[in-house]
Amino acid sequence: MSTSVAFEKARGEGRAALVGYLPAGFPDVQGGIDALTVMVESGCDVIEVGLPYSDPVMDGPTIQAAAQRALENGFRTADVLRTVEAVAATGAPTVVMTYWNPVSRYGTERFATDLANAGGAGLITPDLTPDSAEEWIAAADSHDLDKVFLVAPSSTDARLRYTAEACRGFIYATAVMGVTGARASTSDLAGPLVARTRAVTDLPVGVGLGVSNGDQAAEVARYADAVIVGSAFVRPLLDAPDTATGLKALAALTEDLAAGVRRG
Amino acid sequence: MNGQLTDNGPDAQGRFGDFGGRFMPEALMAALDELTAAWQEAMADETFVAEFQRMLREYAGVPSLLYDATKLSEVAGARILLKREDLNHTGAHKIRNVLGQALLTKRMGKTRMIAETGAGQHGVAAATAAAYLGLECTVYMGEVDTQRQALNVARMQLLGTEVIPVTSGSRTLKDAINEAIRDWVASVDRTAYCFGTAAGPHPFPAMVRDFCRGIGDEAREQCLELTGALPDAVVACVGGGSNAIGLFTAFLEDESVDIFGFEPGGDGVETGRHAATIWAGEVGVLHGARTYVLQDEDGQTLESHSISAGLDYPGVGPQHAHLADIGRAHYRPVTDAEAMDAMALLARTEGIIPAIESAHAVAGAMELAEERPGSTILVNLSGRGDKDMGTAIEWFGLGQASEDGTPEPATEKQIAEGAK
Repeated sequence: MSTSVAFEKARGEGRAALVGYLPAGFPDVQGGIDALTVMVESGCDVIEVGLPYSDPVMDGPTIQAAAQRALENGFRTADVLRTVEAVAATGAPTVVMTYWNPVSRYGTERFATDLANAGGAGLITPDLTPDSAEEWIAAADSHDLDKVFLVAPSSTDARLRYTAEACRGFIYATAVMGVTGARASTSDLAGPLVARTRAVTDLPVGVGLGVSNGDQAAEVARYADAVIVGSAFVRPLLDAPDTATGLKALAALTEDLAAGVRRG
Repeated sequence: MNGQLTDNGPDAQGRFGDFGGRFMPEALMAALDELTAAWQEAMADETFVAEFQRMLREYAGVPSLLYDATKLSEVAGARILLKREDLNHTGAHKIRNVLGQALLTKRMGKTRMIAETGAGQHGVAAATAAAYLGLECTVYMGEVDTQRQALNVARMQLLGTEVIPVTSGSRTLKDAINEAIRDWVASVDRTAYCFGTAAGPHPFPAMVRDFCRGIGDEAREQCLELTGALPDAVVACVGGGSNAIGLFTAFLEDESVDIFGFEPGGDGVETGRHAATIWAGEVGVLHGARTYVLQDEDGQTLESHSISAGLDYPGVGPQHAHLADIGRAHYRPVTDAEAMDAMALLARTEGIIPAIESAHAVAGAMELAEERPGSTILVNLSGRGDKDMGTAIEWFGLGQASEDGTPEPATEKQIAEGAK
């Protein structure tokens, strides 16, 4: 199921979609599935499942810590597929966000096959741009999967067009020049980037990096088709003294953000 | 240096055969394009090339000597020539790369340089170039390495560079690279990333090679002058591979010259504790390039091990991966023990204490000499060993002398002091 289903639904309701991220295997595989299920039940329209990787150059300390914990607990690539299968079963379109080497190692075609069989919607690839994605694009197309590439405030108009042409599902606009992590205020670079992206494509544009509460979500929802939240979802799980408390905080945060995208 | 791009690759996408390329966040693509264009323009600009050469000559002490190591040759049974990069300012070939990148940084109008460092050699070189050219400089260094290499941290600080200990991941070189990339994503408008080896995303492998290729260009000419012929083989150690590609480039078209890279075999490749990436790794993507990577079944990067911090890296420059793939160059492992034996041998035969990195190349040359007696083997002695005395004291049990003059092992305290 393509993520476009969720974007159409949100558009029909006159609001932005809420996209929520957690790394798979954090705190452990079942714990991650439980947390992502809570996020779906509390208002996430699309789920991004991260594939923990040893060298995450686009991630700030919060997601690094969670991914590191997953790896220390013995996370395997197959666990991300298990997680996708469980989350996709809730009905929410579910994509995997991954650095390229784990997929390359698993085998691009094999990963695409297994992801499609698990009910996954596609991939977000933070360190793979269309320039180097020939193999992935072919595999995604043959398995009817979304290809979500990133655009950045530094992307030239030519690169925006080039990237947008290679995307399916939506386009991930990084709101700041920097890595993942909650920020106190929203970026003034995101609005212009979304406007420049819209000028070259009709695909939905999601904005990520730095959003952590309903008010920020509402602000971003005014100009973007989706608000993408990652580190802020990881934080309560890292901080909570026990699972129940963590999931409760996660539900409350999701509701706050879901209300935010409806105020935008 | 001839100011021309070589015809040994990469292609326009930065690929050497199946290797290399640019696996990087989109946020850095514009900067990498800008860097590629600026570098290519600079290399075609006689003024830039002349200024680079002037700095190398007047400041770095280049061209380095090609030394006919007659005493070592006697032991080896082959003629061994040493390219004395250990005599350069800051004690290694790395000064060539950092002067090139720092000069390019100035040309691009950027005011700040960042760098990663393992043991601190590239960090010290980058800090030196930044001081010389008046650039602000920040160096990322794994926390584990800052503790092992306090002397190099102090050097960088004295040179006016800010040293930031990296506490993520395995807290070593690869994590320092990750953190430098994270800094660069957020600061790219005024900051240049001075990458320390011929690896990473395009254009770094080609750019670093071209800044270092003077090693081979000089050595080839010096060898012809000294011996009247080309060497039978050229030899270098390979971690990321900047000194090796700097040597090899001049000889790639010389069919009669065999090319050998020696990788850090650590405790022995069969033990799993090594950093012999081409020998034992598999193709993957690390730090922006497709290359050989030490990785597990799931593509997670494995921790590498070598007695030589400068070779202790789980990836390798993509052009080396390509040269291995097409069979133009051969890569073999040398263990910690073999490298340390070679360090002692060179010290005692020639009075030259090499860096442990370079001792891997010397050990490799001794192995080749046995296989091909009477041949001429040109070795890149990429750095000097002063920085490695802590390791040597511990390894050989040096540091104190008894009354009859025999060495006695240093005390734990002395070792700890030396290791700093």
